[in-house]
Amino acid sequence: MPVVAIPALMRNLTDGEDSVTIPGATIREVIDNLETRYPGTKAKLCDGDRIHPSIGVYINGVVTRVGMHARVDADAELHFLPAIGGGVVSD
Amino acid sequence: MSEKKEYKVIGTRPIRHDGVDKVTGRAIYGADFQITGLLHGRVLRSPHAHARIVSIDTSRAEAHPGVKGVVTAQDLPEAEDKIADLGEGAVSLKYLCDNILASDKALYKGHAIAAVAATDPHIAEEACELIDVEYEVLPPVLEVRAAMEPDAPIIHENIRTSSLGETGDKPSNVASHIQFKKGDIEKGFDEADIVIEREFVTGTVHQGYIEPHNATALYNPDGQLTVWCSTQGAFTVREQLAEILQYPISKIKVVPLEIGGGFGGKINVYIKPVAALLAKKTGKPVKVLMNRADVFEGTGPTPASYITVKMGATKDGKITAAQTSMAFEAGAYPGSPVGAGAMCIFAPYNTENVLIDGYDVVVNKPKTAPYRAPGATNAAFGSETVIDELAEELNIDPLEIRLMNGAKEGDHRADGPVFPRIGFIETVEAAKSHPHYTAPNGKKHHGRGVASGFWFNIGLESSVTINVNPDGTVNLVEGSTDIGGTRASIAMQAAEVLGIPAESVNPTVVDTNSIGYTAVTGGSRTTYATGYAAYEAAQDVVRQMIERAAKLWDVDEANVQFTDGEFSSINGKEEQISFRDLSARLGETGGPVVGRATMNPAGAGGAFATHVVDVAVDEETGKVEILRYTATQDAGKAIHPSYVEGQIQGGVVQGIGWALNEEYIYNDEGEMTNASFLDYRMPTCLDLPMIDAVIVEVPNPGHPYGVRGVGEVPIVPPPAAIANAIYDAVGIRMTELPMSPDRLLKAMGKI
Amino acid sequence: MARKSHVQTTINGEAVEFLCEPRQSLLEVLRDELHLTGAKEGCNNGNCGACSVILDGRLVNSCLVLGVETDGKSVETIEGLADPDKLHPIQDAFLENAALQCGICTPGFIISAKALLDQNPNPTEHEVRYWLAGNLCRCTGYDKIVRAVLDAAAAT
Ligand code: FES
Ligand code: FES
Repeated sequence: MPVVAIPALMRNLTDGEDSVTIPGATIREVIDNLETRYPGTKAKLCDGDRIHPSIGVYINGVVTRVGMHARVDADAELHFLPAIGGGVVSD
Repeated sequence: MSEKKEYKVIGTRPIRHDGVDKVTGRAIYGADFQITGLLHGRVLRSPHAHARIVSIDTSRAEAHPGVKGVVTAQDLPEAEDKIADLGEGAVSLKYLCDNILASDKALYKGHAIAAVAATDPHIAEEACELIDVEYEVLPPVLEVRAAMEPDAPIIHENIRTSSLGETGDKPSNVASHIQFKKGDIEKGFDEADIVIEREFVTGTVHQGYIEPHNATALYNPDGQLTVWCSTQGAFTVREQLAEILQYPISKIKVVPLEIGGGFGGKINVYIKPVAALLAKKTGKPVKVLMNRADVFEGTGPTPASYITVKMGATKDGKITAAQTSMAFEAGAYPGSPVGAGAMCIFAPYNTENVLIDGYDVVVNKPKTAPYRAPGATNAAFGSETVIDELAEELNIDPLEIRLMNGAKEGDHRADGPVFPRIGFIETVEAAKSHPHYTAPNGKKHHGRGVASGFWFNIGLESSVTINVNPDGTVNLVEGSTDIGGTRASIAMQAAEVLGIPAESVNPTVVDTNSIGYTAVTGGSRTTYATGYAAYEAAQDVVRQMIERAAKLWDVDEANVQFTDGEFSSINGKEEQISFRDLSARLGETGGPVVGRATMNPAGAGGAFATHVVDVAVDEETGKVEILRYTATQDAGKAIHPSYVEGQIQGGVVQGIGWALNEEYIYNDEGEMTNASFLDYRMPTCLDLPMIDAVIVEVPNPGHPYGVRGVGEVPIVPPPAAIANAIYDAVGIRMTELPMSPDRLLKAMGKI
Repeated sequence: MARKSHVQTTINGEAVEFLCEPRQSLLEVLRDELHLTGAKEGCNNGNCGACSVILDGRLVNSCLVLGVETDGKSVETIEGLADPDKLHPIQDAFLENAALQCGICTPGFIISAKALLDQNPNPTEHEVRYWLAGNLCRCTGYDKIVRAVLDAAAAT
């Protein structure tokens, strides 16, 4: 199952867990399942039905460009970090 | 991809395609643009760092002979309480608009208040002085620590500190707080035999591009808006104009002219929307130019910062814990690169226990903008100085301690993600084996220092089309503005695929109506991502040319192969035709061939650098002289080595300026007192030795030729490397940037 | 508006006449009136050298010279350096050495370098750095520019 690294400032929602295994074959499924297990997490990561524009999703160390649609392998490692744009950063 | 691949074009040093235009003065930069009926615009700027705008009366200016129009924030569409998604992260539209023309408050000296269009630039300037603005002056907040005090004057009543969606309950100048946590920081410090904790302060610095901002705008009667300008990204200008002017993207064409440097500072728009407003008001084309003081005071510099770094290591040099708190000045509106700084600060080291806090803080200074590896230089000044001190205390060679702790493929970055193949260790080894590192350097007050740096690099969108000409050359159309030779580095990648010389590819940078979306020239992405698109577009050409050859020979496409610029048939018929000869026969085989590709590649691969510097410190004057400089950097694969070296040398020298001289000097009223090139002292060639750029090539698996972006990381190590060299020379740890003569004399107890 | 003066000058070997206001700098005249935009404005106060031209054999910042001052004088700008079918050796050396990135400083450096080599055909590295200290380049770190000028000196 994919491993989701929980951002430090979200760990209050995950009983202090810094990393949890969550089922899902796409980012969307993983985030929905995360929300079921830890309510409130989706609102932090998403703006409506897409990844919040200030957040970058890393799958196995590589930033995905397709947000919620990105496919994740069974043993994928996911990170949610501030997005880095063309030298433009927002957080 | 093998590490020792033979290339014909890649790795060579052809003359750049735009070279002749640029050495003969013929290249047209933004300010050079001319059009019939042109009016000239100038901007009136706030003399106060923090003031409420009580009233603006433009009547005297409007009555001035030669004046054709005056605009203020009133002429901007109402900015709803909306987040503008510029494809570069989220930005508040209200802030975006207010930074173009202040509506209710002036938030920094130099903040644009109004603008005039007139028949002549001098008249426009005179008319600016005839605009009567009544201000209620407010106390300015000028420094990040002061801004964080609980009783600091509040700059924006509506800002509450946000921490990943949580918002504070009272107004604050701290716009956001971020945190990265890995392992157990307390345990890490417990395991350490030695712990060092230091505070660092860095000043506000400017990108210092030589060409001031410029824009010429024209509205046609059908509502079509055209903007000619120099910019790092025509498409981001189009997006920003569409948001700020609330105008359809389909009615905006942005024409990027040649650009005289950007370094991150020419992504955000300033006077482009102003030119558009003036053009709309006057019905004429309007050119707005900044002067140098406008550039310093009215565009985004990179933040001043206050950083604490605490690191622990065992006796044998293993770093067990790394902690930092970084507060960055965002300027007048939220959005400093503290996030990037926080993600870079400990990235070169594989450390088990890490705690990073970052704060984005508003102050009464210009809204900051990206500058070459934004945030990473401030960060590395802290971390790389502390590591030097650890090495010294533990009696370990400073490059050795980096080798012992250096991050490798498969290690986790401090902020989480796993590293793909990276070349950090290789850069340290290259520095260690360089003759510079072992050369004698024992003179009194001479010192040697080293430091390393990391920058992410990015991918993002790029589009390329390639049209095949009948003489076997191709025209390559791209949307990446060329700031440092990227026409060449992109064209070379297409040439390599097509088996033709670099000179046979004619690259052209076009406007937003003429190519698919292409993100900014920034983030060290252009040779990587647009180069990747050129590679794919060239592959598309090859596929189509194979079809043509198959048609010509009446064979199956599967039986045509393409190697070294030659198409040949396999299995049966002995046929062969060169790319050039086949190009002449496109007419008879089905017409023109156009290859195209759009990319948004994910595997930019990180960039690392390790620098070695020798300095001499003059004890009498406090002046630091750079005696020798060697910069090693992993370029993945250098497409055009001369321009890779150039990026490294240019970045190093900007870093030297940041380290030794450059800063915005403010008085208590928040006025910058050195807003000229004379007083904001950037390095000249007399201040410098040759810069030895050593290219290390650890191919990036995320690019067909192994390219990594090279533009940004070279600015990251210099301030720390120089601070470490100064320590080696005179035994004093400098923790404040710039390390100018007065600071050095003070630190040495001379004044 | 002040009355315009009639100025007769020589630019790149050609007789040129223009009208200009007393307050207009030579740089403005070149760029806005004569459309010779090779000289660039980086600072407009003599600190960057992007506007360098040669006035009666002497290197000047054209932003610090008034248009009217050029009456009866001779001006050399970047546009006059190359022959129709051949670049000037300094221009060639800049291309060969990749001595430009964005290129905005390049016309100024090439003009400065020409003024140097005109009076000192074999400068040392230090002499080149000393002479070019009035020209700012933010892109290259100067390394390749200095090499290009030394190469050009060796080639002529
Ligand atoms: S524009 Fe003349 S010296 Fe800078
Ligand atoms: S090449 Fe850009 S300023 Fe010199």
